[in-house]
Amino acid sequence: MSREEIPREKLLWMYETMVRIRKSEEEASRHFAQGKIPGFVHLYAGEEAVAVGAMANLRDDDVITSTHRGHGHFIAKGGSLKEMWAELYGKRTGVCKGKGGSMHIADLRKGELGANGIVGGGIPHAVGAGLAFKLSKSDRVAVAFFGDGASNQQNFHEGLNLASIWKLPVIFICENNQYQISLHYSKQQAIRSVAERGSAYGVPGVEVDGQDVLAVYEVVREAVDRARRGEGPTLIEAKTYRYLGHFEGDPQVYRKREEVEWWKKNKDPIELFKRRLLDMGIAKEEELRDIDSRVEREVQDAVRFAEESPYPNPEELYEDVFSTPTRGVLVWKWGSEVRSHG
Amino acid sequence: MGERIITFAEALNEALDIMMAKDEKVIVMGEDVGVYGGVFGVTKGLIEKYGPERVRDTPIAESGFIGAGVGAAAMGYRPVVELMFIDFLGVAFDQIYNQAAKIRYMFGGRAKIPMVLRTVAGAGFSAAAQHSQSLHSIFIHVPGLKVVMPSTPYDAKGLLIASIKDDDPVIFIEHKGLYGTKGPVPKDEYEVPLGVADVKRRGKDVTVVATAAMVHKSLAVAERLSREGIDVEVIDPRTLKPIDADMILSSIRKTGRLVVVDEGYPRCSFATDIAAMAASMAFKSLRAPVKLVTPPDTPVPFSPALEEKWIPSEADIEKAIRSTMEDK
Ligand SMILES: Cc1ncc(C[n+]2csc(CCOP(=O)(O)OP(=O)(O)O)c2C)c(N)n1
Repeated sequence: MSREEIPREKLLWMYETMVRIRKSEEEASRHFAQGKIPGFVHLYAGEEAVAVGAMANLRDDDVITSTHRGHGHFIAKGGSLKEMWAELYGKRTGVCKGKGGSMHIADLRKGELGANGIVGGGIPHAVGAGLAFKLSKSDRVAVAFFGDGASNQQNFHEGLNLASIWKLPVIFICENNQYQISLHYSKQQAIRSVAERGSAYGVPGVEVDGQDVLAVYEVVREAVDRARRGEGPTLIEAKTYRYLGHFEGDPQVYRKREEVEWWKKNKDPIELFKRRLLDMGIAKEEELRDIDSRVEREVQDAVRFAEESPYPNPEELYEDVFSTPTRGVLVWKWGSEVRSHG
Repeated sequence: MGERIITFAEALNEALDIMMAKDEKVIVMGEDVGVYGGVFGVTKGLIEKYGPERVRDTPIAESGFIGAGVGAAAMGYRPVVELMFIDFLGVAFDQIYNQAAKIRYMFGGRAKIPMVLRTVAGAGFSAAAQHSQSLHSIFIHVPGLKVVMPSTPYDAKGLLIASIKDDDPVIFIEHKGLYGTKGPVPKDEYEVPLGVADVKRRGKDVTVVATAAMVHKSLAVAERLSREGIDVEVIDPRTLKPIDADMILSSIRKTGRLVVVDEGYPRCSFATDIAAMAASMAFKSLRAPVKLVTPPDTPVPFSPALEEKWIPSEADIEKAIRSTMEDK
């Protein structure tokens, strides 16, 4: 299928979703700086085309695993913006009821099996989800998102090997934004690309321009088709770039301002795609501007929802430790034992 | 020497600097320890002084680089390996508890592993369940490891120097809430010996054994209670393994009352361990039930509203001390 065959509404969904992620992340950066968002926040601005190009191939019942930089994946998979924002604030209306925060944005109802505070931690979960799909003879697929840094971690290597020997419907998507916090990827691996690592496990490795949403869409589509046909996993390396620091507050001593500016100026995924849509005659300027302002309002609504929501009640601290009530004291606080409620 | 005031993080940095200058076998490795200077700034400036061969940035490969620390240590190096957060211990645990901890014993004493694993613990930053834990009890459980957890800049520097000089694997745990705290620290090299507790405040009515950030909360409570005539002795074990049982037991024998304050999970923990020690070795001196102050047995929640309830508070400590005082 050539690019022209992608339905118009899907193309517009791609644009809108990238804008939604960007605006939400920019807002998150501002609100973090104002001290309103607690904890560690790792933002996705600059990498939008990867989540969106990938997710455009997935069904609601497909599953993804995400990373500490998970807002973009969550939004693209269809997670509620309001619930995400409430979670960033630690409110009880948050998607994780205020227990998880930015690094653990997840919603299994949307096939979002979890952002993860442990680098590489989610990769085997996607493998397990793929195993479940294979065992139940469904054609669902699982997609693991992770960074270039994570590809040095045991979970990546073990996960890739398992998915390969068991021919599981798993797509491994490495978002190579070039840095593992401060270390450039050329200093964390001796080979040129992460994609090459697939060959050690018999997994095809594909490199793609992660700033080009249609290019990502196409390689992921092939990988998803392959997986649904029962032909096993694919490793995709999307070359991308993060605009902001590793986390909010990062002094970024390890890279030059000009480097960041170069990417923003020459490789911005939203600008590139916008030009493409205009050139292809898919949409007019004003139509895209309407999308921009609608999304802007939506983000503002989500922020307001988060700000106006209540914090959890103290008793909620003890909820959701276990799901099955049993005899015995489950949540122990010296002097005042607390009976667990599932 | 004089009263030079520096932060906890600076004190640790100085310990590393002194030891690297003195002994070329001391090497530092871990994620972002080089140009970045460590995510909490503890290794700042070391790469400029000692170069990238001795201050090594590693990939995110904890099992690999901690295991490499074990191998280098067996070859006579003194690696100081940084595990960015204690919570990440899971991805490297085999190298710590099956390898580092046991090699000396299994080799009949013919090998030693002089490695220090520096790592970061503690809640209070809304870092949520995978970046906030105090998991020292897990290490205490394993034979062959030494476990150190300082509460002041002075102790941090002296204990780190002693740990680097020590010939055994030492797990050196830094509470993230303490990095910015300040205190007097001599400029020169000195050691705080491992296995020796410190009386942070003398008192005769109640013994409080507290660790890391909890030492400071306990001291604040002790000051307040002293105005009511309750005289609290605060003991900071500093080394959790080996534990200075003599100092703790003699304090309990003096006061007859014990409160243990610790940020680790409550069950099978440092707190229960000290309580068991008191019950089995100083039972007759006890005039009141031992009180334990710990978080509840739940993961650390993200929301500040819940996390605040999770962390043992000064009010919790005060309540425990008062209740031990009720038994005459
Ligand atoms: C097991 C583990 N080790 C280290 C960390 C600390 N850490 C968090 S993110 C990160 C860098 C991850 O780099 P990469 O996988 O490239 O993802 P990116 O942040 O670039 O998106 C590190 C070292 C962690 N969370 N978990």
